[in-house]
Amino acid sequence: MTDQDRRRFLASLAASGIAAIGVGCGWDGGKRFAPKLMSWSRVNDWVSARLFSGSRLAREYPIARRTQGAEFPAYFVSDNMPTLADPGAWRLQVGGLVRKPAVLTLDRLQSLPRLSYTVKHHCVEGWTAIATWAGVPFRVVAEMVEPLPAARYVKFTSFDAGYSNGWDLPSALHPQTILAYAYNDRPLMPDHGAPLRLYSPTKLGYKNTKYLLGVEFTDTRPGGYWEDQGYPWYGGL
Amino acid sequence: MTPDKERAGPDSGNREPEPAAAPLQAGAPAVGAARPPEVAGPIAPEEGASPSVELAPAGPDEAAPVAAAAAIAPPAEEPAAPEPPPTQEHPWVRRHHWIVRLTHWINAIVLVGMVASGLQIYGAYERFGIRGTKLPLPNPMDMHQAPKWMRLGGWLAGGLNWHFFLMWPLVLNGLLYLGYLLVAGEWRPLLFRPRDVRPAIEMQKYYLRLRKDHPAQGKHNALQKGAYTFIVLLGVLSVLSGLALWKPVQLSWLTAAFGGYELARYWHFVAVWLFVAFSLVHVTLVFVVDPASLRAMLTGWYRGRFPSHD
Repeated sequence: MTDQDRRRFLASLAASGIAAIGVGCGWDGGKRFAPKLMSWSRVNDWVSARLFSGSRLAREYPIARRTQGAEFPAYFVSDNMPTLADPGAWRLQVGGLVRKPAVLTLDRLQSLPRLSYTVKHHCVEGWTAIATWAGVPFRVVAEMVEPLPAARYVKFTSFDAGYSNGWDLPSALHPQTILAYAYNDRPLMPDHGAPLRLYSPTKLGYKNTKYLLGVEFTDTRPGGYWEDQGYPWYGGL
Repeated sequence: MTPDKERAGPDSGNREPEPAAAPLQAGAPAVGAARPPEVAGPIAPEEGASPSVELAPAGPDEAAPVAAAAAIAPPAEEPAAPEPPPTQEHPWVRRHHWIVRLTHWINAIVLVGMVASGLQIYGAYERFGIRGTKLPLPNPMDMHQAPKWMRLGGWLAGGLNWHFFLMWPLVLNGLLYLGYLLVAGEWRPLLFRPRDVRPAIEMQKYYLRLRKDHPAQGKHNALQKGAYTFIVLLGVLSVLSGLALWKPVQLSWLTAAFGGYELARYWHFVAVWLFVAFSLVHVTLVFVVDPASLRAMLTGWYRGRFPSHD
């Protein structure tokens, strides 16, 4: 290798090094790449749906493994914690592409079959925590309202500043997907989404809508609060 | 290169005699036969070289250039060493198939993106262990984000989307590379096997200046084989731990194999720094030891001190 060659290679290496650093620099991909990456995320959603099993259950843990209450973070997107002026007037509206739309009180929901489990919560940020949740399996409610064959998705809406999520129907009908009204053996507290929240150990935390108001079966893929901003839509574990 | 030739090559032949010392002495290159099939340019047999009978290993056509290379490239600080012949006398050899070169550079670019977007993701929860606990494992970046210039994505969702996009070219590119190695038999000069342990020690001695002559080698020396085998295993570990983090419920067996989600996350992170360390050493050695190998990885043609392709 001659000196000239060597100089040329050193120069090309330096150039590629600078280019590689340019890729970093906390750059978000800009307006050019970010939408393309979000489109590509649909491919990952599709693969995730193929990997999903409607019968595979998330592992359950003994109660002794629970994360101490204060260590389990809770959040909402409103400026202040969303609370109901008149909790007694709260109802869950279940409708959309169903034969028998329903309006359910908390008492009615609590009279339905109850499922309780102690499972690991996975946040998209990378942390995990173990807690016990109790509620009515979503599939029980679905059977009550009888979704039409066209229904492929479920939209969950809340009274937390327009926070909502869209789910694929198979994930919603997973046996561990519940409408939860209890957390660690006590009624759901306002910071965890009282009076009712969606919960499933097969989805990332942000998919589990708190402060539920409505459930709508639909044939078009609903967006969601974080999903519309760029977080993966499927969010399945 | 046919598999038959492989087995007869210096890899097996050179190692049977003890530390392969004899053929390494300066001025003992073999004659004539030093023309591997890949040679494109003219080769001038070394002037004044005397044929050496001790040399005759199983594959003389392969071994001769090794000895020649060792003879003409003594350590610089060896004053008694004969003057190396002009570089023009190195043969041109076909070194890397286009699939190897393509996958190498794609991997280099994609890996930078994976590390940078991974550091962005790490910053969202910069510690290890389930909430309220801490894994009893070292983490110099505990409660520290990577500096902004190292991160890709701008925020967590951006980092995730880059990471979950780049994982596809990373895996497909890796499979293409490994598939080529398997089909073409090119895994042979790369795979570190038990018989490479002793040559690796000899090579390490050379680097530590405990031995003056460069041990004989084929396409790669035993330490390189170790490094290139290790890095493939590290790639596999990264991909598997990544899958364990992506689908800890659907692939719960895989997550459990890593000791659970939190540990899988830790190993995924450790792999990053091993990749970075490997890359730094790799690039340094290219320039310090064998700059001609850079051209070989770009053009496929090699003309330098280690012309054998075992």
